[in-house]
Amino acid sequence: MAEVTMTVNGKSVTKSVKGNTLMTEFLRDELRLTGTHVGCDTSQCGACNIHVNGNLVKACTMFAGEADGAEISTIEGQANADGSLNVIQQAFQDHHGLQCGFCTPGMVMAAASLLKENPKPTEAEVRDYLEGNICRCTGYHNIVKAILAASGQDVSGIAAE
Amino acid sequence: MPKDHGIGASQKRREDVRFLTGAGNYTDDINLHGQAYVYFLRSDMAHGKINKVDTEEASQMPGVVRIFTGADFEGIGGLPCGWQVTDKNGDPMKEPAHPVLAQGKVRHVGDPVAAVVADSLEEARTAAEAIELDIEELPAVVDMKAALADGATKVHDDLSDNLCYDWQFGTDTEATDKAFAEAAHVTTLELVNNRLVANPMEPRVAVGDYSRANDESTLYTTSQNPHVIRLLMGAFVLGIPEHKLRVVAPDVGGGFGTKIFHYAEEAFCTFAARQINRPVKWTSSRSEAFMSDAHGRDHVTKIELALDADNNFTAVRTDTYANMGAYLSTFSSSVPTWLHGTLMAGNYKTPAVQVNVKAVFTNTVPVDAYRGAGRPEATFQLERVIDKAARELGVDPIALRRQNFITQFPYETPVAVAYDTGDYEATMAKMEELMDIPGFPERRKASEAKGKLRGLGVNCFIEACGIAPSNLVGQLGARAGLYDAATVRVNATGSISVMVGAHSHGQGHETAFPQVVAEMLGIDESMVDIVHGDTSKIPFGMGTYGSRSIAVCGSAMVRATEKIINKAKKIAAHLLEAAETDIELKDGQFSVAGTDKSVAWGDVTLAAYVPHNYPLEDIEPGLEETAFYDPSNFTYPAGAYACEVELDPETGEVTIEKFVSADDFGNVINPMIVEGQVHGGIAQGIGQALLENCAYDENGQLLSASYMDYAMPRADDLPHMANYTVDHSCQTPCTHNPLGVKGCGEAGAIGSPPTVVNAVIDALQSGGHKVEHIDMPVSPSRVWAAMNG
Ligand code: FES
Ligand code: FES
Repeated sequence: MAEVTMTVNGKSVTKSVKGNTLMTEFLRDELRLTGTHVGCDTSQCGACNIHVNGNLVKACTMFAGEADGAEISTIEGQANADGSLNVIQQAFQDHHGLQCGFCTPGMVMAAASLLKENPKPTEAEVRDYLEGNICRCTGYHNIVKAILAASGQDVSGIAAE
Repeated sequence: MPKDHGIGASQKRREDVRFLTGAGNYTDDINLHGQAYVYFLRSDMAHGKINKVDTEEASQMPGVVRIFTGADFEGIGGLPCGWQVTDKNGDPMKEPAHPVLAQGKVRHVGDPVAAVVADSLEEARTAAEAIELDIEELPAVVDMKAALADGATKVHDDLSDNLCYDWQFGTDTEATDKAFAEAAHVTTLELVNNRLVANPMEPRVAVGDYSRANDESTLYTTSQNPHVIRLLMGAFVLGIPEHKLRVVAPDVGGGFGTKIFHYAEEAFCTFAARQINRPVKWTSSRSEAFMSDAHGRDHVTKIELALDADNNFTAVRTDTYANMGAYLSTFSSSVPTWLHGTLMAGNYKTPAVQVNVKAVFTNTVPVDAYRGAGRPEATFQLERVIDKAARELGVDPIALRRQNFITQFPYETPVAVAYDTGDYEATMAKMEELMDIPGFPERRKASEAKGKLRGLGVNCFIEACGIAPSNLVGQLGARAGLYDAATVRVNATGSISVMVGAHSHGQGHETAFPQVVAEMLGIDESMVDIVHGDTSKIPFGMGTYGSRSIAVCGSAMVRATEKIINKAKKIAAHLLEAAETDIELKDGQFSVAGTDKSVAWGDVTLAAYVPHNYPLEDIEPGLEETAFYDPSNFTYPAGAYACEVELDPETGEVTIEKFVSADDFGNVINPMIVEGQVHGGIAQGIGQALLENCAYDENGQLLSASYMDYAMPRADDLPHMANYTVDHSCQTPCTHNPLGVKGCGEAGAIGSPPTVVNAVIDALQSGGHKVEHIDMPVSPSRVWAAMNG
């Protein structure tokens, strides 16, 4: 057991963790931040995406101990200060970019990283960036649309019908 | 102006807020005080005789609470199959035992041999490694035809062979043979409908709990139908009376069929919690999901189509081998039969249709319903053979389909179903318009200029949703009813809770269902909440699968709301001192016809619960009604799909360049949600056609057991927005349910696979490659092999 201290969604957290505790387990079981999901065991699906020091990271590929001193943000920390949905979250709702919601936290975290790196991505760039995220429900169409809309691009012309 | 309220409005989903903020409550988010964890030790052999499972040493390991093996389940029921199919000789299907933990033999990779319950998952897993297994490997049967050969190894020693049933359905043999004998042309095609894994992104989870205080068990589970699980597990497996068993399916992260079934892990956690008097939790890993979730499809078929000299279809005959896997999963037996054979007429007026299906046991994971369940298999065969016929005859594939369309409704097919309504010409015309078929030759030229081949594929489909009525399916072998139920509970202040038997795991019921009630009552949707997923809260409903929710449960909700309106009118009549027959309800206001006297919805609901001025001698206080709805027929959504692919003759790589779906879902409650369902279905259909394949080697080893080897469709595998259109503007309302709805959940997965394959074959033919068929997934290597073969 080792003690780790990190900032999670703006709050400082200190806990003792075992060396083999995954970041997903730490967030879900220790901190009860269950919005970070586990969809696979081969780091393929992206349901566990979080931000570590501002970078997109698959939490299932990281030990909690490695987050010592880091700035972590999860889906629970994404809404605006008043609790309303942020621009990306709102775009997902507006464009029906989620169905069962299981992949959604990872998608929102990935979208935030993409738009930070590339504020006006093309459709192809969005699709390419989502390479590490699997969604079984939506067929991605509305996720891509939501992300383009969140980047301020007009998607009204690409309605589904 | 599109509506912003009630039926037909694309209201944004209210459930999204919790999902988008990480506040969803999925089963794995549930942790009970003092819970133990179970790790299942699973067979790594496809087939073997269990000589010994020695748990002695493992039981002494740190944290271990108890280790269970098959012996602990002796005398306890096995997992039941919910549908009895009768063989063509009149015999019942063979129904082998399916114990919760393996007894005597292991029969597929993943078959659970022992279950270690410990204080932590890590301790359970470590202890499992210390279990000594003595399992003698037996030859495995994997290929279905080999499994039926004389002398083949038997999956179940107590059965005479590996044939579950041999089923025949539709037109009799004499008439069918005659039609083929008289045909001017017969087209034959042999094909495989590839085995798939449903892969909802949330792996399965079960948490069993037991209360000694009242002898009650609770199971939290990732299920599409909590009442079905309660019924099957309580009555058939564990013998727990239903009033002592609660099943809760909270937020569920996708189902696609594979979360319909009652699984061993659910029964285990419920059973073990009683045994050790502690909650027991199981969370599937993805690798475990690949070897324990029921798989889908896996049919091998020969289909023949007979045509007369004028190209009219005169007969269809199919011969299918359907893989059941090692055991019969809950609805496995119904998929290749009643959900498949009944759809073999398609959209066509073929007078003779005969379906033959041999269901086969093999040493593989059980196969059951996956999005579409039987209907994609039917559509794929039929639409592929029609395409091949058009090519052989040198006629336009659209014209050939059109000429054979059913145009008069209702229409009785030779395969027992009666289509109530439809307009196949309308969806075909819509597809042609959206696809810009006349522009295809130009687009092909442009592709060819880049050194690519371009193909156009089209097809139609029909599906049957909301499987019913119960008395008919009972005759066909179903061991459950197929109604659904809703309770509308109006509160004193006028707000409403609707308890529904349907379960939402992505379909947006919490948004769409209130739109119906709000429309009927003329109140705002925000006053209506949907409650689902907990047998202690909802009436006995059959859950969500087969695109049935709005057609069946939605109809129950309409009936219950009608009862509410009737009673509320009586109360309003009393309050307004008018005759009940004069009361009208509009915009949440009850008024006396032809007068300005009215009373608001809230006044009536308050009177129902504070019945001071109330006709107590005529009606009871309160305002709560339940309705059960048993449909009189299936619903029959249908459509026409088209796809253009580009094929790189250098690499065999196929990309989808254009895709159009034109569906007829009847009336639509929330178009945004409906389109979302179609997008998801199409992605799964394209996945099946181009990417996905669940593969076993000849020893029964599962080769595709993770996302490294099972190719899930990703965002860049699917067509770009500018070249992709889903349309549901052709609407022939269902004639026998109150909403005129048909269901939309599976259409995309049914309609799209043949579209893609037809387009690939068209592309190859345009390049002079005489390729008649490529089995799915149409991977670059298969295309390349076909071109160079
Ligand atoms: S759970 Fe981390 S990538 Fe799938
Ligand atoms: S919304 Fe269900 S997996 Fe993406």
